[in-house]
Amino acid sequence: MSKLIVTPQTARFESPLTLKSGATLPSYELVYETYGTLNAGKSNAILVCHALSGNHHVAGVHSEHDKRPGWWDNMIGPGKPIDTGRFFVIGLNNLGGCHGSTGPSSINPQTGKPFGASFPVVTVEDWVETQARLADRLGIHQFAAIVGGSLGGMQVLQWSINHPDRLRHALVIAAAPRLTAQNIAFNDVARQAILTDPDFHGGDFYAHGVVPRRGLRIARMLGHITYLSDDAMGEKFGRILRTGAYNFGYEVEFEIESYLRYQGDKFADSFDANTYLLMTKALDYFDPTHHHQHGSLSETMQAARAKFLVISFSTDWRFSPSRSREIVKALLDNNLDVSYAEITAAHGHDAFLMEDPQYHNLVRAYMERIVEEA
Amino acid sequence: MTNTTVRHDFETIAAWVAPGSRVLDLGCGDGTLLKYLTDSRQARGYGVEIADANILACVKKGLNVIQNDLDAGLSGFEADSFDFVILSQTLQAMRHIEQVIAEMLRVGKQAIVAFPNFGYWRHRMQVLQGHMPVSPNLPYQWFDTPNIHLCTVKDFEAFCAQRGIRILERVVMEGEREIGFLPNIRGSVAAYRIERG
Repeated sequence: MSKLIVTPQTARFESPLTLKSGATLPSYELVYETYGTLNAGKSNAILVCHALSGNHHVAGVHSEHDKRPGWWDNMIGPGKPIDTGRFFVIGLNNLGGCHGSTGPSSINPQTGKPFGASFPVVTVEDWVETQARLADRLGIHQFAAIVGGSLGGMQVLQWSINHPDRLRHALVIAAAPRLTAQNIAFNDVARQAILTDPDFHGGDFYAHGVVPRRGLRIARMLGHITYLSDDAMGEKFGRILRTGAYNFGYEVEFEIESYLRYQGDKFADSFDANTYLLMTKALDYFDPTHHHQHGSLSETMQAARAKFLVISFSTDWRFSPSRSREIVKALLDNNLDVSYAEITAAHGHDAFLMEDPQYHNLVRAYMERIVEEA
Repeated sequence: MTNTTVRHDFETIAAWVAPGSRVLDLGCGDGTLLKYLTDSRQARGYGVEIADANILACVKKGLNVIQNDLDAGLSGFEADSFDFVILSQTLQAMRHIEQVIAEMLRVGKQAIVAFPNFGYWRHRMQVLQGHMPVSPNLPYQWFDTPNIHLCTVKDFEAFCAQRGIRILERVVMEGEREIGFLPNIRGSVAAYRIERG
């Protein structure tokens, strides 16, 4: 397997963008990576939408010695299920992100200081709009497919409604048509952890030279609990003690504590608190039926024209299979082409990022059909 | 799969499906029948299947397939949303047959059911000899069979009559031959086209 070496690129947009909130961004930048080659007809492009903490670095490595490949490297690359030998794959960092695209930690050109609290709230619809502008910039009118898991899957769904003619296939993985109250509740606990951290300073912590680490850490720990299944946690960590005995204190004792704290620390060192707030808010607000009087998903999906592959995972309780089946039903009600698979996997919501033979074989088979029909 | 090897009962089912129909194939297996209906009758179809390997096989054929446990019902489908709901060689492996047939007739304007006839003479002979039947249509041993609700032509017709289900057409076969005389004894496979009474 040859190494896929990629270099991030930046697209600058000078035309103002009016967001769903009513706020306007006079200009913004999107950081993106591409893999593979765009064919002459520009018909083999695939857009990958990232989830809560994802970014543009979807696959490959940044140099020969780079040890850390992109977040979906097991799915995307030469000879992988989404084969960059056949498709031109685009990954981008969403607006409001913290990996190079314009976001709260970027410098506001009008003030010379980071946007911080002044960065507007962005929605899934805003992301789809900016992604469409990036596609225009690259000369891509119609994607062969748009692919995403979790919050990424929500973006795919929104694409199919807002720009029905701009994608032939939609791969909606481990997603939901909108969040449940329980899901919003988890997000709010995460937000409260950040918002009440004394180092948050109302979002303008940059000026104070601090980071709301404690809040970010707790937010991430909570997130991780919801992304894993009880069984997977039990299997991986059980009740194993690090020293084999109770120490009657509050330091790390159980392996699960060690894991969560490690994940929390790692995240707090690398992710922007304001971006985390924005992303969770975009999740909460997402509801494509919002514009419809009856709130009917079937009516909302009337607009769609794409062919769909919907995938869920058996132990995913944050975006459970029943939520994917709601999407499937709305597609069936509109006589749209759809295949749906429920993958038996132990790893909960995180399973969509893992290498499961059935899951990967399905995506591979589906992508091969796309090649054949072209 | 080439058309020369199309199973005879598939041809029977295809003959009943009007061109361009909207079809739901329950327990569609690897999608062979659904693909045949799509290619030969231009059917717009969806398969429903539970096994991972079959889901993959259907996607490879470019078919629409929904992974679902039929015994959990068809709540994901609206009433009258299909011209034909098909249950081919799956009936005998279902747990909740009454519910499945009722759901088929709710979701489909018509239903097509095909199953191995337990009343087939070879099956009867094996029972008389003191054994559970094993045949090309019932290829399992008693201890590993998925078939839990085997029935005969007579049984199925009584079932329909008791529930006011109208039988529109029946074809009973042995291999490639259609059986007219003594179907419950001479036929190894039966296919029915039914609708709500």
